[in-house]
Formats: sequence, structure tokens, C-alpha cells
Amino acid sequence: MVYSDKVMDHFKNPRNMGELENPDGIGEVGNPICGDVMKITIKVKDNKISDIKFKTFGCIAAIATTSMLTELAKGKTLEEAEKITNQIIAQELKGLPAIKLHCSNLAADALRMAIKDYFKKVK
Amino acid sequence: MVYLDSGATTKVDPEVIKAMMPYFTEKYGNASSTHQKGQEAKRTLNDARQIIAKSIGAKDEEIIFTSGGTEANNFVLKGIAFANKDKGNRANHGFALPREQGSLGHIITTKIEHDCVLNSCKWLETQGFKVTYLDVDESGFVKPEDLENAITPETLLVSIIHGNNEIGTIQNLKELSAVCKKYNVYFHTDACQSYTKTKLNVKKQNLDLVTLNSHKIHGPRGVGALYIRKGTNITPLLHGGGQEFGLRSGTDNVAGVVGFAKAVQLANQKHVEYMTRLRDKLIEGVLKIPDTRLNGPTNDKRLCNNVNVSFKYVEGEAIGGYLDAEEINTSTGSACSSPKLEPSHVLLAIGLKPEQAHGSLRLTISRFTTEQEINRVLDVLPKVIAKLRKMSPLVKFIKKI
Repeated sequence: MVYSDKVMDHFKNPRNMGELENPDGIGEVGNPICGDVMKITIKVKDNKISDIKFKTFGCIAAIATTSMLTELAKGKTLEEAEKITNQIIAQELKGLPAIKLHCSNLAADALRMAIKDYFKKVK
Repeated sequence: MVYLDSGATTKVDPEVIKAMMPYFTEKYGNASSTHQKGQEAKRTLNDARQIIAKSIGAKDEEIIFTSGGTEANNFVLKGIAFANKDKGNRANHGFALPREQGSLGHIITTKIEHDCVLNSCKWLETQGFKVTYLDVDESGFVKPEDLENAITPETLLVSIIHGNNEIGTIQNLKELSAVCKKYNVYFHTDACQSYTKTKLNVKKQNLDLVTLNSHKIHGPRGVGALYIRKGTNITPLLHGGGQEFGLRSGTDNVAGVVGFAKAVQLANQKHVEYMTRLRDKLIEGVLKIPDTRLNGPTNDKRLCNNVNVSFKYVEGEAIGGYLDAEEINTSTGSACSSPKLEPSHVLLAIGLKPEQAHGSLRLTISRFTTEQEINRVLDVLPKVIAKLRKMSPLVKFIKKI
């Protein structure tokens, strides 16, 4: 498996790793049998993602994509953040190996789930 | 760089390279040529053959050089299957039938073989042969009674790996070949990982076919050998100029077999003892990491250079990635590192759940591995596992302290 330098950078130096206390929204995707689980926690202030953290069980691509997602989402409005796709994350990482595009590239789904969770809570 | 992937391939011993060099630069003759340069090559080829033969208790003419383990295993499975393809029909009907009307014969192998055996078997199934894939126990051993129960009058070949490439299990060949002899079935073993690392003798262990290769024992890549007991009914894979007693055509790789033979000569029981000591130190140290299990057996039933462990809550490619960043080369049975995205079939066969197989790490040493390198790994690996577990959402119990 050959990864881009940007993937390796996010893998080796993951951004926003961890779990927020009392988060406004939580999203979790994947399952351990497939080898990928991603958990996103967010804080929302003035309709913007004021803080975001991730936890990932998975391969190099799984860790790098979740780390990349947190960088892309931080500070964005919820509407903007919802528009982030797995494809955009892969592009930002200068590409992923073809077979990793589907299995380990789920971070955007986890974020959307966290945003949905937030709306459910505020209603 | 700490290289702990000697199960994949090894560094070529400088002595081996020295022995090979003249066969590229001066003694480059074709062993099939009748002139002096050719005859010199022929003599060299036969000297190498003798060294390999002697190392496993075989006769010279029972050793066929190949391009490696994959070719030798393909040759055995396809060559035996097709040469004996009427056996199945005769067993059923007392006479040979056209292929469409029945099985061409039956082959028995295991669920823990190398892909070159498994995929050859799968292909043979598409050609009309039946294949049984035997289960193994939790340490990777084939039970002789399972083998005996699987044998039918149609069975023409049993192929079982000697030293497993992933979990290091060394099968009891004598016990398994005895079952095959009882029913007059050919017995083949793939000894690519075990050769020179544990006892291998075609007479004492009663073997019909044995696959050997060079690059796992500090010889060059692209060379292997197949031991074929005299009188075995096998048809060649490669047809051509009739080299290797008509069983494997193609210009002889003289430099390669010289390197192979040199590697065999350099292998030594002391190396086995040395590797065993480092292996056990590594196992002991790694198992100190919480929630870690050793995959495969211990002591002399395990290859002297193999360590395979599973860490809970983390994934193998990521472990390997952080180790690689620390200049430590390893491999994993995780699906995430496989082109098919499936976890190791060997780890699943010994009863691991997919999530345990994902967290597996294989560390394979060689006689060039040093004690300092093992110490380094034992220093770095616990930190890598701790870092990944901190990142893992599967570790529910880790909260702020």
C-alpha cells in the first residue's frame, strides 16, 4: 500500500485526536469486524463547529481521513460542514489507494451523524 | 533500520553474492551447451544439486530446480493432479471416464497453506478435481485422524505446509506421511519457511515431494527446488528444451542455484539456537503488553524465527505504520494491508475473530538480527500500541485519570 505524503503526515501527526467532554453531537460509523470504527465528537457555538475531536480504530487511511476531516470541519458552519464528502477528504489528502476509497473513507459520514445528533438534542 | 520481516524475504549473505558473481561475469555458459563453458556450467549445476539433495537426504536426480516456491508448489499440485487424473474415475467406476462425467481425482490440503497452494487448488477445482481443505487446531496443527477421515479412494495427493509462514506452526510430517503411506497417496510438503530451520529428511519423514526455496535462507530470489521421489508420476508444467530431466524446461539459472547451494552450506544449527533465543525474548517482552495474545505454538513446535501476536483494540497496518516510522519493518495479517481486504485466512483458521486478526503483527527474525535490535523493538512497540489504543474508540474504559 503506497500512501501520499499528506496521508502519512496526518497518520503520524493526527490532528484533534481524542474525545470531547459533554459534546453537543456524537457520530460513530463502521464496525470492528471490517476493521474500521470512527467516532466524531463536536461542540457547536453560534451554528459553527467550535471544536471537534476524533477517535479511530483502523488502518493508516482510516486514521488519516478522520484527522483530515477534523481540520476541514473546524470553524465551519453546520451547513458548510455537512457538505464535506468522503471524496473531498480523499482529494485533500492528495488521493488514497483505490481499494481504500470505500472501506476506510467514512469520516464525513461520522460527522454528518454527529451534526444530526446535535439537531436532535437541541430540538 | 531494524528488519523483522525475514518471513517475507531475507538479506542475501555476502558470501552467497561472492559465490554467484563469477557465474555472471566469466562462467556464464549455458548448461545445455556442449562446449567447455557449457560443460563447466553443467558441472556447477550438478554440484549445487548434490548439496541440496544431501541436505534433505535425497538422491541428486530427485532435485529439480525451479524459479522459486510458487512455481514448485504449482508444479506439484498441477503436475500430480494431471498425471494421475484417471485415478478418481477408476476408483468410482473401475475404468477411466471422460472428464465431464466425473471427478478427475481428489486432493487434500489445509486451510493454512500459502496462497500459491490454495489458489492452485481452487483452479484445479475449476478443472474437475475435488479438493478438501482440512481444519487445524487452535495452534495450527493438522490432526492425523482428520487427514485419515478425508482420504477417499479418489485421493491422489495430500499437500500440507511444513512450517507455517504466518504463525510458525511446524507440522509433524512423519505422522502425516504415515497416514498417506497407509492409503498409498502421494504426500507433499511446502518447506519454504522451515528449510534449514528444523529437521527435514525425505527418508526419515517419508516424503514424496518437498518444496524448497532460496530467498528465505539468505540466498537469491528467483530460485527454488522441488524434491520428487524417484518413481513419482508427475507431468511437467513447463515444456521446452527438456532441462531438469525433462521435468522443468528453461535455461538453467546457474548463478542462482550456486547462490542457493551456498546459502544451504552456510546454514547452521547454531543459527537456529541463536534465533530461538531471540524469538523467545521477543515473545516474552511483547506479551507483557496488556491484552496481547501469541498466535501459534511455542518452543520447538514453532519456527525459530517467527513471532505472531494480536493486540486488542488496534489495527495491524497502523501498528506497522508507526513501527516503520521508527525504522522497524514488520508485517500484519490485517485485512487492511491485503489487496483483497480480507483478514489472514491462517488466523481465521486457528479460530481468531476478524477483529483479532486485524490487530495482528508478525515479527520474523533472521540470523543477522541482533539482540540490540530486539531490545529496541521491545522499547518502541509498547509505546506504539499505547498511542493507538489512546486513539481507539474501542477502548471504552480508558477515561481521564
